[in-house]
Amino acid sequence: MAQRPQTLYEKIWAAHVVERRPDGTCLIYIDRHLVHEVTSPQAFEGLRVAGRSVRRPELTLAVPDHNLPTTPRVDAAGKLLPITDPESAQQLDALRRNTAEFGIDYIDATAAAQGIVHVVGPEQGFTLPGTTLVCGDSHTSAHGALGALAFGIGTSEVEHVLATQTLLLSPSRTMEVRVDGTLGHGVSAKDVVLAIIGRIGAAGGTGHVIEFTGSVIRGLSVEGRLTIANMSIEGGARAGLIAPDETTFAYLKGRPMAPKGADWDRAVAWWRTLPSDPGAVYDKVVTLDAAEIAPNLTWGTSPEDVVPITGVVPDPDSFADPSKREAARKSLAYMGLEPGTAMRDVAIQHVFIGSCTNSRIEDLRAAAAVARDRKVADGVRALVVPGSGLVKRQAEAEGLDRVFVEAGFEWREPGCSMCLAMNPDKVPAGERCASTSNRNFVGRQGPGARTHLLSPAMAAAAAVTGRLSDVRELM
Amino acid sequence: MNPVTTVSGTAYPWGAKNIDTDVIIPAHWLKTITRAGLGRGAFETVRAQPGNIFDDPAYAGAPILIAGDNFGCGSSREHAAWALADMGIKAVIAPSFSDIFSGNAFKNGIVPVVLPQDAVDRLLDVAKDQPITVDLETMTVTTPYQDRFTFALDPFRRECLMNGLDEVGLTLARDAAIGAFEHAMTAGRPWVEGRARLTADVVPTI
Ligand code: SF4
Repeated sequence: MAQRPQTLYEKIWAAHVVERRPDGTCLIYIDRHLVHEVTSPQAFEGLRVAGRSVRRPELTLAVPDHNLPTTPRVDAAGKLLPITDPESAQQLDALRRNTAEFGIDYIDATAAAQGIVHVVGPEQGFTLPGTTLVCGDSHTSAHGALGALAFGIGTSEVEHVLATQTLLLSPSRTMEVRVDGTLGHGVSAKDVVLAIIGRIGAAGGTGHVIEFTGSVIRGLSVEGRLTIANMSIEGGARAGLIAPDETTFAYLKGRPMAPKGADWDRAVAWWRTLPSDPGAVYDKVVTLDAAEIAPNLTWGTSPEDVVPITGVVPDPDSFADPSKREAARKSLAYMGLEPGTAMRDVAIQHVFIGSCTNSRIEDLRAAAAVARDRKVADGVRALVVPGSGLVKRQAEAEGLDRVFVEAGFEWREPGCSMCLAMNPDKVPAGERCASTSNRNFVGRQGPGARTHLLSPAMAAAAAVTGRLSDVRELM
Repeated sequence: MNPVTTVSGTAYPWGAKNIDTDVIIPAHWLKTITRAGLGRGAFETVRAQPGNIFDDPAYAGAPILIAGDNFGCGSSREHAAWALADMGIKAVIAPSFSDIFSGNAFKNGIVPVVLPQDAVDRLLDVAKDQPITVDLETMTVTTPYQDRFTFALDPFRRECLMNGLDEVGLTLARDAAIGAFEHAMTAGRPWVEGRARLTADVVPTI
């Protein structure tokens, strides 16, 4: 009997069911677990109190990122510099102690491999196609770019995975987001994902796992795909997936933690069976035409508040839905914007190039191409925070750090930084930031901070002009 | 987790609606590394007001909290449940709860009791000077005045609470099934387990 055609999601799910309960929930095996300092201390504490151990320590990898300052970590003599915020220092210290106690691999803040957990996983080859991967962080969806079923979990679930290497889950519905055509000049993966969220809305993917398909997605590098899958959660989805292909395999081959030799060949053979079968059915399908995607950015305090850079601040009255109208009014008051203002006339005081959405080498290259031989505008503070120490090294080998520094950008140590303002990098109240991160929520980059989400090239364009700008005019 | 069969004692007759997780535990408490001690931060902004219910000696150490609609809305932070547990609360009675909060409450041995508004109003009145009893055996909330309100709980979660089973403990009891899955994985997808452990050359220092 011919099998019903399956989606990528269904194949990965089926390969990880340990047990199925009568009510349809499944005990799902977790192949990969990433741990950082903020959501793990109480999970380890729970294990300790109950006298439990970690079932498979080798399937977990820990790295600090959220709290770490992005200023130098060692002095000129190579001596470790102290972390001034005592609570951050305590969380970072707890991660070091907990991973040592439970036998989990830990990448220290001073290691070149340190970085944002969602940059480190793919970069080390820890993230693999067809695996289930979790982390106590909502942007875990990023790893779906390599064809891993990856999603964020809470602290109790972190403890559950540490102790049992499983999670009790209900299956999600599936949604295909297909982007076909050719991207215009100056249009990047970030613009694509902003266009998608603008289309489906911040709750559009609720209850679904999105699979991104189409010629545009196929044509993206793994870096670009990571940017897209990263923001699946901003479209409300549980996870985002991109089918593994030759681009994925070429990216992974030879990475420190990727399979080697015969293992590699067997893995690739299995990975090739994963893409959705022809005729597989999704619960929902959305299609976008690449030709209609401009360099985009957000105007409000929800990631669905997307406009092209050539657009204007919308009039709240233009929204049909009364609750959306009200939300838009509140957003504009918070953002300090007037309806009808051209986005290109909006002045900014801060630029943040970084975060797990856009801090990989390609992102830095795109930003540096715009910054080259230009100067950061007066009154603008611009930060470049590489996603990992290895990205930083690579950028320095290519001379990108000099391009940024000569233009007047600050070149920082890797970490989450101004994405969530948990470390000292914050946007002051009432000031405006062009940011390559993923959330423009009220207060996300600091209390009262105003955030516009955009691509690295657009962020660099804003830095050198002092206002939100169309990068195509600088290319 | 300690088994919960009955929760009996004084109750904070609060009744406030739409209490979000920021009110239960303000964000600046999120940098802690333990679950314990968060009770000190619970309802910090409410406690800053003189004459608040949480500092009223009449209700000191009450194991029950009576609240209004939509208790625990806002973020998914589990710290909210930890803070309540740490201040000794074992049951919260309200007309409705946010889904995420009630999931977190169960995981931390707190019974979220949903009762209709008129029952909650009656309990708010009685709790001013009388104890209240939440009984998981009979699924009732009773008072010394012979009030008797029945409530419902997901059977699986009720069983976990009554037997002190936490989800980790329950899954650990499925060890044989997990072991069998791992055995099959070793044979079918050996590369999942065979990753390189970190070594100095994998992770060079600065
Ligand atoms: S960079 Fe931002 S979104 Fe990504 S993990 Fe860090 S805080 Fe979360």
